[in-house]
Amino acid sequence: MPEILFFSLVAGVAIISSILVVAMRNPINCALSLIMTFFCMATLYVMLDAPFMAATQVIVYAGAIMVLIVFVIMLLNMRTETSKNYVHGVLVSCIVAVLTLFVISGFLAKSPLTGATGNMTPELITKVGHTELIGQAMFTKFLLPFEVTSILLLVAIVGSVILAKRKL
Amino acid sequence: MEYEILGLPLWYYIAMVSKVLLVFVWVLLTVAYATYAKRKIIGHMQVRLGPMRTGWHGLLQPIADGLKLFFKEEIIPAEASTFAFLVAPLIALVPAFISFAVIPFGSTLTVGGYKIPLQIAAYADKGGSVIDVNVGVLYILALSSLGVYGIVLAGWASNSKYSLLGGLRASAQMISYELAAGLSLITVFMVSGTLSMQQIVADQAGFGWYAWRNPFLFVAFIIFFICSLAEINRTPFDLPEAETELVSGFCTEYSSMKYAMFFMAEYANMITVCAITVTLFLGGWHGPFTDAMPILSPLYFIAKVYALIFLCMWIRATYPRYRYDQLMGLGWKFFLPITLVLIVGNALWINVVGAGNWLGCLFA
Repeated sequence: MPEILFFSLVAGVAIISSILVVAMRNPINCALSLIMTFFCMATLYVMLDAPFMAATQVIVYAGAIMVLIVFVIMLLNMRTETSKNYVHGVLVSCIVAVLTLFVISGFLAKSPLTGATGNMTPELITKVGHTELIGQAMFTKFLLPFEVTSILLLVAIVGSVILAKRKL
Repeated sequence: MEYEILGLPLWYYIAMVSKVLLVFVWVLLTVAYATYAKRKIIGHMQVRLGPMRTGWHGLLQPIADGLKLFFKEEIIPAEASTFAFLVAPLIALVPAFISFAVIPFGSTLTVGGYKIPLQIAAYADKGGSVIDVNVGVLYILALSSLGVYGIVLAGWASNSKYSLLGGLRASAQMISYELAAGLSLITVFMVSGTLSMQQIVADQAGFGWYAWRNPFLFVAFIIFFICSLAEINRTPFDLPEAETELVSGFCTEYSSMKYAMFFMAEYANMITVCAITVTLFLGGWHGPFTDAMPILSPLYFIAKVYALIFLCMWIRATYPRYRYDQLMGLGWKFFLPITLVLIVGNALWINVVGAGNWLGCLFA
C-alpha cells in the first residue's frame, strides 16, 4: 500500500513537471522541469528494482545532457523569444502527440502487461546485482550494438571538434 | 523485535531515524566548525591568530557568523529571474547533504539482538546479513552532477555579469573534472568488483587500504582527491568565485541566509568529498581493534575525514589560484590521459600480481 501511494506521488510529480516542460514560457524553467521529470523517472526505476538504470539516468540525462542544454540556453540568452506566439507549431505538435497516443494505446492494448515474461525477477536482481546483470548482457549478448554506439559517439566527437576548431 | 510495522521490525525505524539525525547533526556541526577551523588554521599558517574575541580563542565565532547572516536583509535583484534565484541555493545544498546517505561511517552495531549497520541507506535483514544500496558510488556521482545546477542557476538567475561568468566557469570546470574523477574511480571498482560501499569497505579490512593496494591505485587516489577539490571549487581551483576577478562569482548577488546556504553547501561538499575519499581509498572506518570494539569505528572514520579536511585547508593556505586555461589544460591534457593509463596499468597489475595487498605480500 505505501508503495502505491509513493508511486502515485512520484507519477503525479512526473506528469505535472512534464506538462510544465511544454507550458512554461521561460526556456530555463522548461529545462528545470525536464530535469525534474528525469529525476522522477529515476525514482520509478528504483521502484522497479533497477538501481543502476536510475543512477545512469541521473548521471547521463539530468547530470550531463541537461547541463549542456542549460548552458546553451544561457549563452544564447533566449529571453527575447518568450513573448512570441507560435500557433502553427502548437498545432502540428498537438497532431503528432495525439497520433503517438493512439499508437501507444494500441500497442499497450495488444501486449501482455501483467505476468512475468522474462527471466529477470527481483530475486535474481537482488542476488546477482543489477549492474552485474546489465554488464554481462551488454558485453556478451549485445556486444556489437554496444561497439557500434561507441563508434557513433566517437564520430560525433571528431565531427564536433572539426566543426568547432577550424584553425587547429 | 516481535512488534512489526509494514513487515519491518520496530528497531529498523528507530535505527533509521537516529542514524539520519546523528549524521545530519554531525555534518551541520562540522560545517559550522570547519569555517572556524579554516580561519584558525590558515591564520596560524600565515602567522596570525585568526578569530580570538568571540568566546575562548574565538570558539563561538561560527554561531556569531550564523546569527549575523540570519538577521541580514534579504535582497532579490529587480531584474533577477525570481524562481530560479530562490531555488538555486537549495539545489546546491540538498545534494551536498544527501550524499551522506550511502557513506558507511562505522561497522555494524548490535543493539538488543538487532544488527544496525552504521550507514543510512543500509539495513540488516532477518538472517542478519547487511544489505545496502548496491550502486552506492554511482549514487554519489549522480548527486555530485546535480550539484552543478545550483551554481549554474545562481549565476544565470542573478542577471549580473560577474555571476554569469562565475556560473559558466563553475559548470565547465565541474563537467571537466567529473570525467577524470570518475575514471580514476574505475581503478577502485576493478579491484573491489562491486559498487556497494559496504563491500568496498569490508574489502579493505586489516590495512588493505586501496590507496596502497598497488602503485596505480595510489596515483588514482591522488588524482581523485585533486579532481574532487576542483569539482567542489576549492582552492587552488576556486575560479568560479575568484575575488580578484569576479567579486564573488556566482553568489555575488546573494545575501543573508541564501548566501549562507551556498557557503554551507561548499563546506558540506568538502566534507562529503573527504568522506568518499576515506571510504574508497583510506579503508573507511577500519582501524586497529575495530573488530573487538565496533564503537571505535565511527571515531576512526571521523579522524580520517578530519585529517583530509585539514589537508584541504593546508592546500588552501599554500597554493595560489590557477589561471583558467591552465585549469582546463590540467584537467583535459594531464589528468584524463593519466587516468586512462592507470586503468590499463591496473588491469595488467591485477592479472600479473593479483588484486591483493602487494605490500602485505612483500612482508609476509
